[in-house]
Amino acid sequence: MTEDTIFALASAPGKSGVAVIRISGPNAFDGSSKLCKLPKAGQHRLRNIFALDGILLDQALVLAFPEGSSFTGEEVVELQTHGSPAVVSAVLSSLDQIDGFRPAEAGEFTRRALSNGRLNLSQVEGLADLLEAETEHQRKIALRVFSGEFSELADTWRIKLIRSRALIEATLDFSDEEVPVDVMPEVRELVGSVRGQIEEVLSFSGMSEQVKNGFEVAIVGPPNAGKSSLINAITGRMVAIVSDQAGTTRDILEVKYDLEGIPITLFDTAGIRESVDTVEKLGVELAISRAENADLRIFLRSDPADEINIQNQDGDLEYLSKGDLFPDKARISAKTGKGLDLLLTDLRSALASRIPPSVTTIRSRQQGALRKALGSLDLIEGIQDPEIIAIEIQNAVNKLSFAIGVHCIESVLDDVFSSFCIGK
Amino acid sequence: MKQSEFDTVVVGAGHAGCEAAFAAARMGCKTALVSLKVTDIGTLSCNPAMGGLGKGHLVKEIDALDGVMGRLSDLSGIQFRLLNRRKGPAVRGPRAQIDRALYKRNAVNFLQVQENLSFLEGEVVDLIQSNHSVRGIRLADGSEIRAPKTILTTGTFLKGIIHIGDRSMEAGRLGDKASVRLGDRLRDYGLSFGRLKTGTPPRLNSNTINWNILEMQPGDADPAMLSFMNRAPVVDQVSCGITHTNEKTHSIIRDNLDRSAMYGGMIDGVGPRYCPSIEDKVVRFAEKESHQIFLEPEGLTSQTVYPNGISTSLPEEVQFDYVRSIVGLEDVEILQPGYAVEYDYVDPRGLNRDLSLRDIEGLHLAGQINGTTGYEEAAAQGLVAGLACAAWVQGKAPLGLDRRNSYIGVMIDDLIVRGVSEPYRMFTSRAENRLLLRSDNADQRLTPLGRKAGCVEERRWRAFSEKARQIDGINEILSNLSVSPQAALKAGITVAKDGKKRTGRELLAFPDVGLSELTKVAPDLCGFPAQITEQAENDAVYLHYIERQEKHNTSLQSDYAVKIPEAFDYNVVPGLSGELTEKLTKARPGSLGEMSNIEGITPAAMTAVLLQIKRNSIKDAV
Repeated sequence: MTEDTIFALASAPGKSGVAVIRISGPNAFDGSSKLCKLPKAGQHRLRNIFALDGILLDQALVLAFPEGSSFTGEEVVELQTHGSPAVVSAVLSSLDQIDGFRPAEAGEFTRRALSNGRLNLSQVEGLADLLEAETEHQRKIALRVFSGEFSELADTWRIKLIRSRALIEATLDFSDEEVPVDVMPEVRELVGSVRGQIEEVLSFSGMSEQVKNGFEVAIVGPPNAGKSSLINAITGRMVAIVSDQAGTTRDILEVKYDLEGIPITLFDTAGIRESVDTVEKLGVELAISRAENADLRIFLRSDPADEINIQNQDGDLEYLSKGDLFPDKARISAKTGKGLDLLLTDLRSALASRIPPSVTTIRSRQQGALRKALGSLDLIEGIQDPEIIAIEIQNAVNKLSFAIGVHCIESVLDDVFSSFCIGK
Repeated sequence: MKQSEFDTVVVGAGHAGCEAAFAAARMGCKTALVSLKVTDIGTLSCNPAMGGLGKGHLVKEIDALDGVMGRLSDLSGIQFRLLNRRKGPAVRGPRAQIDRALYKRNAVNFLQVQENLSFLEGEVVDLIQSNHSVRGIRLADGSEIRAPKTILTTGTFLKGIIHIGDRSMEAGRLGDKASVRLGDRLRDYGLSFGRLKTGTPPRLNSNTINWNILEMQPGDADPAMLSFMNRAPVVDQVSCGITHTNEKTHSIIRDNLDRSAMYGGMIDGVGPRYCPSIEDKVVRFAEKESHQIFLEPEGLTSQTVYPNGISTSLPEEVQFDYVRSIVGLEDVEILQPGYAVEYDYVDPRGLNRDLSLRDIEGLHLAGQINGTTGYEEAAAQGLVAGLACAAWVQGKAPLGLDRRNSYIGVMIDDLIVRGVSEPYRMFTSRAENRLLLRSDNADQRLTPLGRKAGCVEERRWRAFSEKARQIDGINEILSNLSVSPQAALKAGITVAKDGKKRTGRELLAFPDVGLSELTKVAPDLCGFPAQITEQAENDAVYLHYIERQEKHNTSLQSDYAVKIPEAFDYNVVPGLSGELTEKLTKARPGSLGEMSNIEGITPAAMTAVLLQIKRNSIKDAV
C-alpha cells in the first residue's frame, strides 16, 4: 500500500530561532534529496538547502531517520532551518513541488505514529492534549482565513463550483427529463471565472514571494551620518534572520530581519563616496543602483543640509541622526535609542501598506491547495466528457475544502432540483 | 394453534420482499414469503418501468448477485432503452417498460420453481417477541410462523393515508389494509419515524387516447437488457407516446390549488423533489409554459396507460378537466384517479449495515419502509437483508458491499449514515467512484463475491466464468501489445511520433480509437463477442482516471479502514465540537471512512476520534 509522503512545520509557527520541518513517508529520503544532500540514515549534517530550481534557500541541520526508528515509524527527514517565516515558507513550498509530497493534515504525523505502533498509552494521552491545542490552533487559522475578503471570495467559488457540477449532473442523471442539453458553455464560464480568481489570489501570493524573500530597505546618507550605528542599534532590537553576511560588494553591509512578521533586508550603502579606484567606483555605482532599486530607502543625515545623490521616492523615510548630540526632538539616536521605536513603527507601516490584504491570510499550505485545485480546473479545458469534468470539479472542491468546506452531493442535487423542473 | 418453522420469514411480496425471499432461498435457507394474497407478488404499484439512470445500475448489480429483478424485467419488458447511450459508459443506464401482468406472472413462475421458498397467504398482525429478539410473525387467524430471522418489507403500509383531493382514507395502496399494529410494535422498539409522501397520476384508458396525433418514442434498435443472462427481448415491443401540458391545463390546476390535498394543508409528509406533482410543477416553475408527459402503456394486453409526469392529489373532477385539456387526451377516460400517499418511514440511521435493528435481534427492515423510493432501491435492500439473514443462519461471513464496489453499497451507506430527508432515490452522482461502478461491469465487480457468499447459482456462474475467461484473454492481448508510433499511424491511429511504444490498452484510451482500429495491428483481437469487446473499450475510456482514483483510494485506506466500535462515546473525545459530537452520536459511523462522509467532518476531528479509539483500546488491553 502506498502512502503519500507528508511534510509540515513541526515547530511553532512564526519567528523563532530554529524551525523544524518534518518530512515523513515512504518517499521522504528520495524526495528530500532533491533539496539537499542527505546525511546517512541515523545521522545529521549541516547542509545547504536549495529550491528545485537551484536557488539557495538556507543552511540547515539535516537529520535522516530510517524507517522503524523515527517518530512516525516511517522514513523521516527533519530540516532544522533558521526560524524565519520567509525561509520556512520557501522550503515548504519547494517540498510541495516534489512528486508524491503533500502538506500534512492536522495531527497526521501523530496518526501515522499511532498506526505504526510508535506510541504508548501515556504518550497517547499527552498527544491528545497536544492535538486539542492543535485543533484550536487550526480553528484560529481557519477563523483568520474566513474573515474578510478571502472568505467572501471562497464563498463565490463554492457557489460557482456547486452550480457547475449541478449543471453537469442535470444532464447526466436527468437526461430523460426536460433539462438543457448543452450546459458546457456555462460550465466552462463558471469554472473559468473560479480559475481566474484563484490565479489572482495566487498572484498576490506571487507578489508575496517578495514578502517571503523580504523587502529590501536601504539606509542612505553621507559618510558619518550614523548609518552603521543605526543598523547595529536595530540589530539589538530585532531577531536577525541571518547573521551579518558579506553583501554583493564588500562595501554593502546586509542584514536580514523579521520586522514583526515582515521579513526585511536592511543594508547600508557605506561605499557611496567619491572614488578614483576603478574597482571601488564600480562598487559604488552598484551600491547606488541597489539603493535606488530597493523597496524603500531610509535617508539619514546628521546635517539637514547634507546632499545625497539618490532620488527620494514615494513612501521613503527621512530622519536626522545623532539625537544624543543635538537637543532637537525630531532627531533619532542610535546610541541612546531615542526615536528608534518610532522609526521601526514608521518602517513597518510603510511596508505593511504594500502587502495585499489577502496575502497575510493565505498560508503556504493553502497556497499548495489552491495550486492543486487550479491544476484540476486547468485540466477541464481539454476534457469533453461531462462525467470526467465532474470528477475534476470534485477534485478541485476537495482541494479547496479548507476554504469552502467539503460539500456532499446533496448540495449539488439541491441546486439541480431548484433550477430544473425534474419529474417527467 | 397452527405453527410452522422456517429459517427466514419475509413479510411483504413487493420488490424488496421478493428479492429478500429469493436471495435467502438461493442461499439454501428454508424461507417463507408472506403476503395478503399471491397476486401481491412483484406488483409495480407506480410507473410501469424498471431501471434507468442510477436505478439501472442497481438492477444490474442485483442481477450480478443472481437476483430476480433483472431477469423478470427482461422476460416482461415491452420496450428497452439505454439512457445516455451517447454519453460515457459510466453514466449509461438500461431501462425497460414493463408489462405489469407479465411481470407478476413471471414472478409467480419463478416462485414455483425456486427451491426452499414457500409462499404463505395471510395478514400479518404482529411479531413474535421473546426477550430482545424477534422470533417470527403472527397472522390474523392466530397462526404463527416462527423463524430466527424476520424481514419486514411493508412499504407504505405504516400509517398509510391516501388522499384524493379533500377525501382521504386509511390504506397503504388502494384496496389494501394498513398495518397499524405492526407500526405500534416498531414504535415500541424505540425506532424514530418520519413522514413522507408520494403521488401517482390518474390512469388512462388507452382506447380513448388519440395516438395518431402524438409523437411516439420507440425502444432502441439494439436493446440493452437488464440481466447479464439475456441478449434480447422475448415479447412484442411497443412505443410510448409523448404529449405536453399547456396554459389551459395550468390554469385549471392553478384555479383548483386549494382543493389539492398537498396544497390544501391535508398532508404533512415530505415529497420527492425529483418527482413533483403537477401542482408543484405549476407553482414552482410558473414560468414554464408546458411540461412533458410520457404516455406509458402498462402492458401488451392491458388497456391502461400511465401518464408519467402528472401525478396529483386534486379531486377527481379536476383531474378529469385538466387531463382532457391535453393534446391527444381530449376524450380520454380516467380508469383510476391519481392520488397521493402519505406514510411513515423508519429513520434508517437506527439500522445496521445488514438493515437489522440495532437493539432487537432477528429483525431486518428493507425497502420503502426505510425511506427510499423506487422498485430498484427496494429490491437492492431486500437482497442485502435476505443475504445477511441466510449468511447468519448458516454461520457464513456477510457479503461485503461498500461504496467502493457497488451502488448498493453507496445506498446502504447513505441510508444508515446520512439518513433521508426526502424519499431516497439512486442517482449516478451519489457514487464517488462512478467511473468504476458501471452497469456493464456489475458482474465483474460482484458475481465472484456472490459466488463466494453462496447466492450465485451454477448456471450464472458458468456463464460468468466463460465471460471472465474471454475478458482476461482480450486484456492479455491488449497489455502484451506493443505498438510503435509508426505502426499505429499506419493503422490509422493518430499518436504523437515520440518513439514511445504503446500497449493496446493505452491506444484504446485515445478518444475515437475502438477495438476495430486495433485489429489492424493485432489480428488476434478479432473474433471476440460484442459484449466482450465493448467492455474492453469501456474499461479503456477511463483508464487514467481509474488509476488515479485507485491510487487516491489506497492512500486513504489505512486510516479509513479503522473501525469505530458500536458503543463508542463521542462525548469524551477531547477537541470535538458539540455540534459534531451530536452529529456523530446520531450517525454512528462504523469506520473512519464512513465518518469522513458526514458533512462537516474535518481531518482534525477524524484524528481526535482515532486517538480516542487507540486510547480506549490500550486501556482495554491493560
